Amino acid sequence: MAGSNDALPVRTGFLGWLNKRLPVDQFMRDQLTGYFAPKNFNFWYYFGVLSLVALVLQLVTGIFLTMHYKVGETTAFDSVEYIMREVPYGWLLRYMHSTGASFFFIVVYLHMFRAFLYGSYKAPRELLWLFGMFVYLALMAEAFMGYVLPWGNMSFWGAQVIVNLFGTIPVIGPGLVEWIRGDYGIADATLNRFFSLHVSAVPLVLLLLVALHLVALRQNGSNNPDGIEIKEKKGSDGKPLDGIPFHPYYTVKDLVGIGVFLVAFAVVVFFVPTFGGLFLEGPNFEPANALSTPEHIAPVQYFTPFYAILRAVPDQQIGALLMALSIICFIVVPWLDRSPVKSTRYRPLRWKLALAVFAVSFVALGYLGLKPADGLYVLLARIFTALYFAFFVLMPLYTRGESTSRVPERLTFPNH
Amino acid sequence: MSDHSAPSVAEVDQDRRGFLIFATVATGAVGAAFAAVPFIASWSPSERARAAGAPVEVDVSKIEPGQMVTVTYRKKAMYIVHRTPEMIGSLAGHDGRLKDAASKDSEQPAYAANATRAVRPDFLVLEGTCTHLGCLPKPRFEKAMPELGADWPGGFFCPCHGSRFDLAGRVFEGSPASKNLRIPAYSFPNESTLVIGVDASTGVA
Amino acid sequence: MQGRSMRGLMVLLAAFAVTGSVAASEAAGEHGEAAGVNWQEWTAGNEVTSTESLQRGAANFVNYCLACHSLKYMRYQRMADDLNISAEQLRGSLIPTDAKSSDYMLSSFPKADAEIWFGKQPPDLSLVARARGTDWVYRFLKGFYVDASRPTGTNNLALDGAAMPAVLSDLEGVKTAVFAEHAAAGGTHAGKAVERFEMVAHGRLKPEEFDGFVRDTVNFLDYVGEPAQVQRRSIGLWAVLFLLVFTAFAWMLKKEYWKDVR
Repeated sequence: MAGSNDALPVRTGFLGWLNKRLPVDQFMRDQLTGYFAPKNFNFWYYFGVLSLVALVLQLVTGIFLTMHYKVGETTAFDSVEYIMREVPYGWLLRYMHSTGASFFFIVVYLHMFRAFLYGSYKAPRELLWLFGMFVYLALMAEAFMGYVLPWGNMSFWGAQVIVNLFGTIPVIGPGLVEWIRGDYGIADATLNRFFSLHVSAVPLVLLLLVALHLVALRQNGSNNPDGIEIKEKKGSDGKPLDGIPFHPYYTVKDLVGIGVFLVAFAVVVFFVPTFGGLFLEGPNFEPANALSTPEHIAPVQYFTPFYAILRAVPDQQIGALLMALSIICFIVVPWLDRSPVKSTRYRPLRWKLALAVFAVSFVALGYLGLKPADGLYVLLARIFTALYFAFFVLMPLYTRGESTSRVPERLTFPNH
Repeated sequence: MSDHSAPSVAEVDQDRRGFLIFATVATGAVGAAFAAVPFIASWSPSERARAAGAPVEVDVSKIEPGQMVTVTYRKKAMYIVHRTPEMIGSLAGHDGRLKDAASKDSEQPAYAANATRAVRPDFLVLEGTCTHLGCLPKPRFEKAMPELGADWPGGFFCPCHGSRFDLAGRVFEGSPASKNLRIPAYSFPNESTLVIGVDASTGVA
Repeated sequence: MQGRSMRGLMVLLAAFAVTGSVAASEAAGEHGEAAGVNWQEWTAGNEVTSTESLQRGAANFVNYCLACHSLKYMRYQRMADDLNISAEQLRGSLIPTDAKSSDYMLSSFPKADAEIWFGKQPPDLSLVARARGTDWVYRFLKGFYVDASRPTGTNNLALDGAAMPAVLSDLEGVKTAVFAEHAAAGGTHAGKAVERFEMVAHGRLKPEEFDGFVRDTVNFLDYVGEPAQVQRRSIGLWAVLFLLVFTAFAWMLKKEYWKDVR
């Protein structure tokens, strides 16, 4: 079995020539065959690699869609229909991109929840978490601007609502909104700048952040469901006792996850691409119309938890502030959670309950964000908003001095 | 190594492992090839491009004898010349100065591979693309034009590199172009209508 | 741990797929007549793979709708290719004599006249089935009733105050709607509660014939909303099957390698 200190293979011929010039073997050894990952990864550990798959999918389909899309308020909507009808397989590229956006968020949310479950944001992985959060923020910007591009009526009014949120910032708000739009309403100028950002600037930032996220990951290695540092228990040969080489063990395992992901993805793309209005909304098949607001404005599903928080508050400024805070809360989690133990497995019931309440609140808010803001829905949204914030704000209190159960010395593994 | 989860070579069924690696990689490669199809296909002309490339109809009864009109078919200029009897007559007598007088090495439909390079001698239909490097040859129909010499029988002159063609689009010796001007598929469904893009013999080109 | 995790993943994905297909599919049930006319629950129940229905729907659309409503993203030739309509049939009855088969299906209705007659442009219907749903289009086409207060003399259950006149009345006949007393009480955007319809004049078609006419027309609009949808589903079947094979191999490969890990 290879290790990071193992000798590299002796190469001759082309591979020898290549390795003298490019550290191919060294990279393989350091990052794959000699990189030891904990052997007890479970289901939750698929979502990192799946996020990467989704990213590549979005980049490739996005590049091809850009070849046919025509930005501009008089051309954008028509060009999307042109892609859907006249470009060979254009419909497939478009559905892959729209479905990919939703799948991207779903796997990212599950990836984030994994971090809560097993304390993956705790020392020494705070920066890893931070880069991940910045990836998430960039992803939200990317998805929002991408949603505007088809220039359907939901694109238009979604942009209107989100951009107006910036107007709630005291003093500079109104001027800022006008500056973002480049016009007195959502207009051609807005669409053009969103397009530019969507296809160039934000993807570049996203790729850079993902690279930093991966570098930070490899610095300390992955956490695991037991929350134990495998590097602290090494065998006589200097290799972690509970580690297995990433390649071949996790490459073949991730392939299974990717396969299942692609099956689910293909089912949606080919059989339910609109996903009952969740992935592609009916009103967005009508062109942008500044004189007609759709009956229910709901953002696409991945933003609805925050949208529900926004609407739960009767005050516009506080609502927008809480919405911003609800996202910022995630960023500071490594410093809110005071428990000395990483994994939920060895943490007390009160943490498990808090995490469960948070998960339920997040999903419930996501559901409520799709519903009209009246009656019972508003009341429920307020309750879940309160619970959502309680999870974060009270975290330093209920995690301090936790009575944790004994963390095992070695990983728990069925055949161990 | 006992404290490691390391496989000992003897325990491993290498054949099964080898087969499964092959099966997975092969399936993955085939899948990747299939997945590439929509991306590659999306570069082919769209329905809009194909609709724009539909056959073009021209009412040739509006073209005066000796006149040329230009229409666009599939993003290329098409020259339609109403040849006078005199112009048709000018085609004979300079075969020796042509590179491909019988149009053996040039591109034209079989029904236009004749002495006048046309279905009807009175109408010349040409693709206005110089066979040298793609410029538009200019009509120079008058005989003995000063810059083209006393023996100029009338024809086309390409301004880019000086290729010269006669009134059937046949290229003269001394031109950089080596082939005669191309002739598209075309037909006359009736006396006054020319359709470029539809073959005389087989219907749609 | 491994087994349980995989099961969890499978359940999650299955739930995911089921939710989507349930949400997306139209329940093709008959509308009950027990408590009045449940027009809000009428469903189109159209079969977009039925070429015969689509051909009839195309003829219906060209004859009854295209005078005012365009399908600006739809080419005659694409329609003919997809619906197995021959060049002769296309030329004979479906395409205006001055149009090319590669032309988009545009109405020749003058815009200025539309503004005068209806107060607005008749909307393009290329995407109506996607924007509003096929059920809505079905309810709209069957939802005209006499309303003397409207300039057109009729109103519509699915679209209150519709500017469009009941152009299908020579087929359907003319009907009045008797509204339930409590109509105003439960009045939401879902519309009014109708107790029954009363036919004032009979049309050329029997009720079930007219119903078929409307379903065919809705079916055609469903097709026009996404012409690639039949192809999409047929490719999808192969894509999913192929990916399942790949996943099965990957699964066996993983199992084989993970025998090493103890």
